[in-house]
Amino acid sequence: MSNLAKIERDPNYQELVRRRSSLGWLLSAVMLVIYFGFILLVAYAPKFLGIPLGSGVTTIGIPIGLSVIVLAFVLTGIYVRKANSSYDVLIRKIVEENRS
Amino acid sequence: MKRFAWLSVILLASLPTIALAAGAVEGGSKQATNWSAIGMFVGFVGLTLVITYWAAKRTASAADFYSAGGGITGFQNGLAIAGDYMSAASFLGISGLVYTSGYDGLIYSVGWLVGWPIVTFLIAEQLRNLGKFTFADVTSFRLGQTEIRILAACGSLVTVAFYLIAQMVGAGKLIQLLFGLDYWIAVVLVGGLMMIYVTFGGMKATTWVQIIKAVLLLSGATFMAGAVLYKFGFSPEALFTKATEVHPKKLAIMEPGTLISNPLSAISLGLALMFGTAGLPHILMRFFTVKDAQAARKSVFYATGFIGYFYILTFIIGFGAITLVSTDAMFLDGSILEKTKSGIAAIKGGSNMAAIHLANAVGGNLFLGFISAVAFATILAVVSGLALAGASSISHDLYGMVIKGGNANEQDEIRVSKIATLVLGVLAIFLGIVFENQNVAFMVGLAFAIAASCNFPVLVMSIFWKGLTTRGAVVGGFLGLVSAVVGVVLSPAVWEVTLGFAKGSAPIKLDNPALFSMAIAFAGIWLVSILDRSKRAAVDRDGFDAQYVRSQTGIGAASATAH
Repeated sequence: MSNLAKIERDPNYQELVRRRSSLGWLLSAVMLVIYFGFILLVAYAPKFLGIPLGSGVTTIGIPIGLSVIVLAFVLTGIYVRKANSSYDVLIRKIVEENRS
Repeated sequence: MKRFAWLSVILLASLPTIALAAGAVEGGSKQATNWSAIGMFVGFVGLTLVITYWAAKRTASAADFYSAGGGITGFQNGLAIAGDYMSAASFLGISGLVYTSGYDGLIYSVGWLVGWPIVTFLIAEQLRNLGKFTFADVTSFRLGQTEIRILAACGSLVTVAFYLIAQMVGAGKLIQLLFGLDYWIAVVLVGGLMMIYVTFGGMKATTWVQIIKAVLLLSGATFMAGAVLYKFGFSPEALFTKATEVHPKKLAIMEPGTLISNPLSAISLGLALMFGTAGLPHILMRFFTVKDAQAARKSVFYATGFIGYFYILTFIIGFGAITLVSTDAMFLDGSILEKTKSGIAAIKGGSNMAAIHLANAVGGNLFLGFISAVAFATILAVVSGLALAGASSISHDLYGMVIKGGNANEQDEIRVSKIATLVLGVLAIFLGIVFENQNVAFMVGLAFAIAASCNFPVLVMSIFWKGLTTRGAVVGGFLGLVSAVVGVVLSPAVWEVTLGFAKGSAPIKLDNPALFSMAIAFAGIWLVSILDRSKRAAVDRDGFDAQYVRSQTGIGAASATAH
C-alpha cells in the first residue's frame, strides 16, 4: 500500500493522470458535440441538409455526413499520437521509479 | 486432434453434396446453385480450418483460449475489431438502406462509427490495464465478485443472444439466396463451423478468421466502389445525378428522409449506436488479446479507420446499386416491377441483395461468387466471435469466479468454455430455425440498447467513479437491462410489427429505448451508490485508488504473453 501512496505522490503520475483525463474527456466532448450536432440537424433541419451544393444534385448533407466519419478518425488519430508521444514515456518513468 | 480432422473432412466433403441436393429441390425464392461462389466458399472454409488446426495446437492455457495469449499486434487487432463490426448486417443492410432511401443509410453509418473514438478516449487503455479475459474482470475489480459477475454475465449473454439470433436468421436467408441451399442447412452449416472454430481454436482461430475475412471484405468492397466510380468517370456528382434520375424518390434521396420519424427517436437511436458499441462483449474482449495499453489504443485507431473507410464504400455501393441494379431487368422481379413500376422495390431477394447484385453487374459471375463467399464468411466470423464471448462469460465469470470462487482449475475452465460453446451453437441453430419467419431486424437494435444501458454504464462508472458500490452497480445495471428490454417490446417495431397490435398503439413511441434506459441505469447506479452505507460499500470505495493507479499505469496488469 505504501507503494501505492508513493506512486500517487509521483509528479510523473500526476502529470500522466492530468494529461490523459483532460485530453480524453475533451476529445470525447468534441466527438459528442459533432455527432449530436449532426443528429440534431437530421432531426430538426432535414431540409438544410438537402440544400444543393452549387448547381448540381449533390447536397450539403453529403460532405457534412462524410466529414463526421472522417473527423471521428482524425480525433482518434490525434489522441493516439499524443498518447504515444507522451503517456508511454511517463508510464515508463513511473514504472522505473517505483520498482520495488 | 483426430476428432478435429474428421469433423473437417465430413463438413468439407458434404458441402457440394448439400448444395446439389438443395439445388434439385429448390423453390422459386432461391437462386440457382452458384458454383463459383461455392468453390470460393469451400476454399475459405478450407483455409480457416487449416488455421484452426494450427491454432488448436498452440492453444493450451486459458490465456491462449480466451485472449490468444496476448500475442496479437495492434494492427492485427484493429483488423479483427473492424471485422467483428463489419457484419453482414452492416455490409448488406447499410448498402440496402442506401439503395432504398439514399441519405438515411449514411445517418446509420455515422452512428455506428462514432462510438469508436469514445472507446479510444475513455476505456480502451483502462480496459487493457485492468482486465484479463472478459469485461467483467474490469467491473468486478474492486466490487463484490459474485454479484457483479452475475450482472455482467446476464448483460453479456442477453446481448450475445439477441445479436446471435439476428445473425443466424440473416445468415440462413442470405445463404438460401446466394447458394441455393435450404434455410435449415444454411443455419446448421454456420452453427457447425462456428463450433469447430471456437472449441478447437479458441480466440487465436477466431481472431485470424476475422482478420482474413476483414481483408477479403475490404478488398471486395473497394473493388466494387472503384468499379462504380470508374463507370462515372470518378465523379460522385455524375453518380448522384444518374441515381436521382432513376430512383422513384428522385432528389429526396439526397437528404434525410422518413427513416427518422421524430427528433427524440433520432437522439435515442444515436445514443444506442454510440454507447452500445462501447458495451458489446465480443468487442470488449478483443482488448485483452493485445500486449499492452499502447497496442490497445493503436488497435482502435486502425479499427476506426477501416470501419470509416468501409462505411464510405457502402455508401458508394448503395448509390452504385441504384444506378446499375434497379435499371437492369436481370436483377428485378418482373411481377413486382409490373405492379409497382419501381426498379427499387422490384429487386430480386429484397433490398439486402443490392450489394450482391451490384457485384454481378460490375464484376460478372466470378466476382458475384467472391462477394457471396465473403458475405458467408462474414457471418461465420461474427457468429464465432459472439459465441466465444458468450462462452467466456459462462466459463470465466459464472463457472470460474462465481461457482468456483476464483479457484477453478484452468483446464476445467477451458473445458466448461468448450461445452458452453457447443450448447450456444446448438441453441443458436435451434433459435435460428424457430425465428425463420419472424422479423428480427429489431434484435440488433435491442442488443445495442442493452449493451448501452447495462454493460456500458457499469463499465464506465467502475473505471471513473470512486463512489460506485456493488449494490449501486447491480441495481442500476439490472434496471438498465430490464428497461431496455421492456422499452424495445413496447416500441412500434416490436409492439406493432412483430406482435401485430394496431398501428399507432405502441405504448412507447421511441424506436430505441436508449434515451430513457441509459438515464435510468445511470440514475439508479448513482442514487443507490450514494445511499449505500453497507460494509461492502466502504470496501468498494477504498479499492478505487489502487484500481485507478493500475488503470492509468498498467502496473500489475495481467501480463499478456503467457509464454
